[in-house]
Amino acid sequence: MDDPRPLLEIREVSKHFGGVYALNEATLAVHYGEIHALIGPNGAGKTTLIHTLSGTLRPDRGRVYFSGSEVTKLAMHERVALGLARSYQITNIFPRLTVLDNVALGVQARTRDWGSSFRFWRPFSADRGIVEEARALLERVALGALAARCAGNLAHGEQRALEVALALATRPRLLLLDEPMAGTGPEESERMVELIAQLAREVTILLVEHDMDAVFRLADRISVLVGGSVVATGLPEAIRADPAVCRAYLGDSTETPP
Amino acid sequence: MALYVSSPRRQVLALASLAGLVALPWLAQLLEQTFYVSLASRVLIFALAATSLNLVVGFGGMISFGHAAFFGAGAYCVVVLAQNGVFSAWLAWPAAVAMGVLLALLIGAISLRTRGVYFIMITLAFAQMAFYLVVSLKSWGGDDGLSLAQRSTLGWLDLKDDAVFYYVVLALLAFVLFAFDRFAHARFGRVIQGIRENETRMEALGYPVFAYKLVCFALGGGLAGLAGALIANQAGMAGPNLLYWTQSGTLLVMVVLGGVGSLYGGFVGAALLLLAEEVLVGLTPHWQIGLGLVLLVVVLWAPRGVAGLFARKRDDG
Repeated sequence: MDDPRPLLEIREVSKHFGGVYALNEATLAVHYGEIHALIGPNGAGKTTLIHTLSGTLRPDRGRVYFSGSEVTKLAMHERVALGLARSYQITNIFPRLTVLDNVALGVQARTRDWGSSFRFWRPFSADRGIVEEARALLERVALGALAARCAGNLAHGEQRALEVALALATRPRLLLLDEPMAGTGPEESERMVELIAQLAREVTILLVEHDMDAVFRLADRISVLVGGSVVATGLPEAIRADPAVCRAYLGDSTETPP
Repeated sequence: MALYVSSPRRQVLALASLAGLVALPWLAQLLEQTFYVSLASRVLIFALAATSLNLVVGFGGMISFGHAAFFGAGAYCVVVLAQNGVFSAWLAWPAAVAMGVLLALLIGAISLRTRGVYFIMITLAFAQMAFYLVVSLKSWGGDDGLSLAQRSTLGWLDLKDDAVFYYVVLALLAFVLFAFDRFAHARFGRVIQGIRENETRMEALGYPVFAYKLVCFALGGGLAGLAGALIANQAGMAGPNLLYWTQSGTLLVMVVLGGVGSLYGGFVGAALLLLAEEVLVGLTPHWQIGLGLVLLVVVLWAPRGVAGLFARKRDDG
């Protein structure tokens, strides 16, 4: 926690749409090896922050640093190549492809391991390692038995697991999980919590989540985003006791106070 | 649809069709109907053009409404080179391919920044610009186009002989379809199909999506250029109608009819459309009404095209 150089750093990032500030000088640091949870009431700017991190949106002001170098202006695929991967809040998979093909596309994307995909003649199956690794990944997220199924036919919780497997396939150093529990039942949530806890042994995680129970069970540190700014960062116990956080949540009746 | 996998059944069908096509000139000779050899060449050339469009539309998911520009560019390339004394197919045909690739890179680099309807409209607009450019060039014959003094020369092969020309076209088409099958199973082919299925996710997996789409678009343009070089030889001319938007539309109809995203969709669609035209034109001048009805039936009851009807049930995933 006292690592001087964080893996991901956001410095005074602002983004406005028309006259509305979605992010207002937001500052955040995610350290190596931690599960860092980002919480905040609806409309606090969490989605905008994720877009700024993954490269979908360019901030108006401020900078984003990833493992020491500035990535503010890099395209999404360039950030992925550096090791910054994301999962989506609304399941974003290849519904018409098989579960195995979904993950294999993710594994194949790693040019540093498999070389360029600008190959027009040599069959994909010649690179045996890609499929083997994809199968191993599916085992890890407990989808091994469903490899040949069409991804669109999976249950919601299974699709959420596939979503995470896709992000993992890029072998990220930082995994950005955008509400991985969204829409899952209690049993599926439980499985997702276990999966995230297990993943955290190998990869740094920035977890954006509404499920406070899951957040307080998993997070090493928590940051609270309110009105486009990070109002508090600290250990879970400190955040639970923070008066500013309570105020922010009490102002929004749709949220359970932490 | 799922990623492309070739099935043994389809390969058997393809080989059977190939055998039939190889026997065709001999059969026509036997029945003294040699006119059909020329018609068959035309069908195969359009099959090549439609296949090149299917690569872009069916595999790349880019609904281009300007494919005729590349087709026409290839045709004009051969005719204009011939006018300047270059008859060798070894020079003219690769030049036509290069022309198609270059034009596609140019149009694609701009058009591929848009999506959906905008992409359809902007490719259409570029193709129409090419059409009006050709029409306005007096030295290229304007409305009338340019005639080709003689067919390209290809070593010891006498392309002036319709049967020889037919076999050259058939060999090229067969090779392109074989290469297409390799392509669909290669890493690039899988990436481009992934982009068709979910572009955002491909970007999030780290693929530079734009570069892949542009290369796929240029490949389609190059193949269309080759088809254009062949059609100029078959018809003995290049006219602006080859670049007109209805030509792009015809190619799209062939792809839809045959099967979007099916390897043989372009071939099946071109054959059905041109043969239906041949038969119906003799019956009524309003044959296109019949064609419209056929298209309706295909879209409603065989959305994967006629080639899709022969695919394995399992493909439905």
